Amino acid sequence: MKLLFLKVCLLLLIAVVCGLSEGFPSSAPVESGKPAYGDALITGSIGEPSVLIPMLAGDSASHDVAGLIFNGLVKYDTDLSIIGDLAESWDISPDGLVITFHLKKGVKWTDGVEFTADDVMFGYKTIIDEKTPTPYKEDYLQVNKAEVLDKYTFRVTYEKPFAPALSTWGNLTVLPKHLLEGKDITKSELTRKPVGMGMYLLNKWTSGQDVTLDSNKDYFDGRPYIDRYVYKIIPDPATMFLELQAGGVDMMGLTPIQYTKQTNTDFFKENFQKFRYPVFSYTYMGFNLKHPWFKDKRVRQAIAHAIDKGEIVDVVLFGLGSPATGPYVPNTWAYNPNVKKYDYDLNKAKQLLKEAGWEDTDGDGILDKDGKKFEFSVLTNMGNRSREQTATIIQYRLKKIGIKVNIRVLEWSTFINEFIDKRRFETVILGWSIGIDPDQYDIWHSSKTREKEFNFVSYSNPEVDDLLEKGRRTFDLGKRKKAYHRIQEILAEETPYIFLYVPDATPIVHARFKGIKPATIGISYNLHKWHVPERLQKHRMEQ
Amino acid sequence: MPLPLCSFVPEFFNMITYLAKRLFEMIPTLFGITLVSFLILQLAPGKPTDVLTEMNPKITPEARERLEKLYGLDKPVMVQYGIWLKRVVKLDFGNSFSTDRRPVLEKIWDTKQPLIDRRLFITFLINLLSMVVIFIAAIPIGISSATHQHSLYDKITTVFVFIGFAMPTFWFALLLMMLFGIHLDWLPISGFKSMNYEALSLSGKIWDRTQHLVLPVFISSFGGLAGISRYMRSSMLEVIRQDYITTARAKGLPEKTVIYKHALRNALLSIITLLGLSVPGLIGGSVIFENIFGIPGMGQLFYMGVMTRDYPLVMGILTIGAMLTLAGNLLADIGYMLADPRIRAR
Repeated sequence: MKLLFLKVCLLLLIAVVCGLSEGFPSSAPVESGKPAYGDALITGSIGEPSVLIPMLAGDSASHDVAGLIFNGLVKYDTDLSIIGDLAESWDISPDGLVITFHLKKGVKWTDGVEFTADDVMFGYKTIIDEKTPTPYKEDYLQVNKAEVLDKYTFRVTYEKPFAPALSTWGNLTVLPKHLLEGKDITKSELTRKPVGMGMYLLNKWTSGQDVTLDSNKDYFDGRPYIDRYVYKIIPDPATMFLELQAGGVDMMGLTPIQYTKQTNTDFFKENFQKFRYPVFSYTYMGFNLKHPWFKDKRVRQAIAHAIDKGEIVDVVLFGLGSPATGPYVPNTWAYNPNVKKYDYDLNKAKQLLKEAGWEDTDGDGILDKDGKKFEFSVLTNMGNRSREQTATIIQYRLKKIGIKVNIRVLEWSTFINEFIDKRRFETVILGWSIGIDPDQYDIWHSSKTREKEFNFVSYSNPEVDDLLEKGRRTFDLGKRKKAYHRIQEILAEETPYIFLYVPDATPIVHARFKGIKPATIGISYNLHKWHVPERLQKHRMEQ
Repeated sequence: MPLPLCSFVPEFFNMITYLAKRLFEMIPTLFGITLVSFLILQLAPGKPTDVLTEMNPKITPEARERLEKLYGLDKPVMVQYGIWLKRVVKLDFGNSFSTDRRPVLEKIWDTKQPLIDRRLFITFLINLLSMVVIFIAAIPIGISSATHQHSLYDKITTVFVFIGFAMPTFWFALLLMMLFGIHLDWLPISGFKSMNYEALSLSGKIWDRTQHLVLPVFISSFGGLAGISRYMRSSMLEVIRQDYITTARAKGLPEKTVIYKHALRNALLSIITLLGLSVPGLIGGSVIFENIFGIPGMGQLFYMGVMTRDYPLVMGILTIGAMLTLAGNLLADIGYMLADPRIRAR
């Protein structure tokens, strides 16, 4: 059981430590020396990559490293719009069914062979192959037809317009055909010794110790300034923090305590730069909408009024997060700031409950209706301290309006298999990691309520169904924005979830690294532009 | 003169049959260990596919079934065990369930790496060094606190030993890292080699590895040291009270000879068994300290395997751990036999 608990902890920590990808600045000593080549960046990670071919990887450590070795046809810009990466440009047919990519010319794999449309085709065929064990197949099964028009043109045709489609042509489907054709990809040498065309290339991978990458001097977007990138595996977060102080690690993700307290010393202020930006995820309290009590919108709204989100952010996250108002991250294009907000207001809560028929008739301090006391349980998973703490705060707050809450903390698999899948819950506290694309069809559409599907609260609203459909069937950003903004209004009004908070990622980087420009998508997107002025360089690379 | 030879031959014969019997007994034991481990592993909630599929909105139930079939998880547990056992008899631990799908044996003992970078070797090396440290330190401490029973020295070591027992290793390890890694800057904090390792000369490499080994070996022997020195003390106290020691003293032998020649040999007997039995404890401890120190040994691999429910990997390591434990017990038996003629005669 202990190991199980550790498992959950580890997964969560991976999520925390590896959440280095989105955001806003906080305390960065901005001083730019002249960019110079050289030096090495050592990143600490508690998890080790398992495979360096993106489509086979399921863990964030693998994606972190493989992301530096492989590029996609498209990528997200700092403002979350999609821009070309290996694709110079693309055309979308007016009906949204056909996407034609025009690839950049003269890009070479690091073994010298030219990258062409055949490589994309090969990647696409591999990912949809029955025999390829990949969790990312579904998006590509939507493709009706894929064709190589010439060396630099690749075209896909969809059955229905699919807005997230463009973003799926990232680095999952670009593979070196000349090295992999006719081979079993899972047994290929390339899983541990990949050949890509990204900003870095693999130098050496020592199991359990580190993965060393060298800069790709012929990178098509310019040679990276930092010559070496070391992904150092330190399974224990406390040890990693000590390594940071000793200079063994240059960059890592901090916990809230480390961010607010332990790094608030002169030593850290002089030697490090901290960053802070929202992670693409949120934590929520979800109601089982099949439960007779929670069918009533007023009850859900009353509970929303009785919970102080600001308090949860302050206590649980040490202020390193923001209260959530809907299923999107603030400051992204899909986010609608003007939705109904539920201020902490006990009187309003009590009044709404009274309207719904809940009153304390026997004077024991707990509301009742038809002889039943208002008592329910909140389920959450073991090992996630912030969720447990959130549950405790909610329990305390709801007691004030006469609702008794019992907290049950369950081991992850039991929680999912026995309670979520079988709908044996009243409320849950959970979180979603959300993609950058705002399509949340799987979470809110009324057709997604089968076992193992994600609308487990059984939310159903024809207008939302319709808007979700609209949002994913058009490429017009304005139309999509309208649809998703409206969905947030409805969700705020109906409160199937109480959206609690969006946590912040809090990475720290050694101060000698310059050129870091925090954005909504994080700090590492422009890694190849980071540099260390010559006089500050620490590691000398033997060439 | 022929007498010793005559007595030696049947004795030697006895030993061989005894050892053969012991070896034979180990087979069902090992079999039992693997069966129980396999079942417990299956009892623990969660499946290897969970990591890839749980709460990932992109996974359909069909995709999950495909993955489960791919791993052979759709078959009944006993069938899975049968398949596993059939392979293991041929010394093939199968392929890891993690996304790299490498053979388990290659992960534990990667023949492409130099010996020093193979996981099993690293764990073995550290455990062996810890055993040596425990032996070298615990025995003198035990003896001296037995010979100076109730003295101030004895009391101090007793307190020290209990502190050692009670101290959580992970916490103590962090304190030492702070002291030696940051404040004094004498030793590296984690890992098993430095960044510039490849560029070092041979002696530089050896020195580098040694520096990385100091803290882990110290930590992993610390707990064992406390225990073994206590055993040594009580075992010594028991022996000192025996009549033959009184006899030795009475015939005027110097105290040193009495203690180190006559008493020590007998007192060591029980320690031999204990060292053999401490093998599983040390291997279990490896899981913890290898994670704290970021040492790429078998314990770290085991921890990662458990986290991701990598059944073949976990089973492989458990089996190897069981074999090492049984081997440790056997060695203890042999050591016991060599040291104690009474056992040889049995």
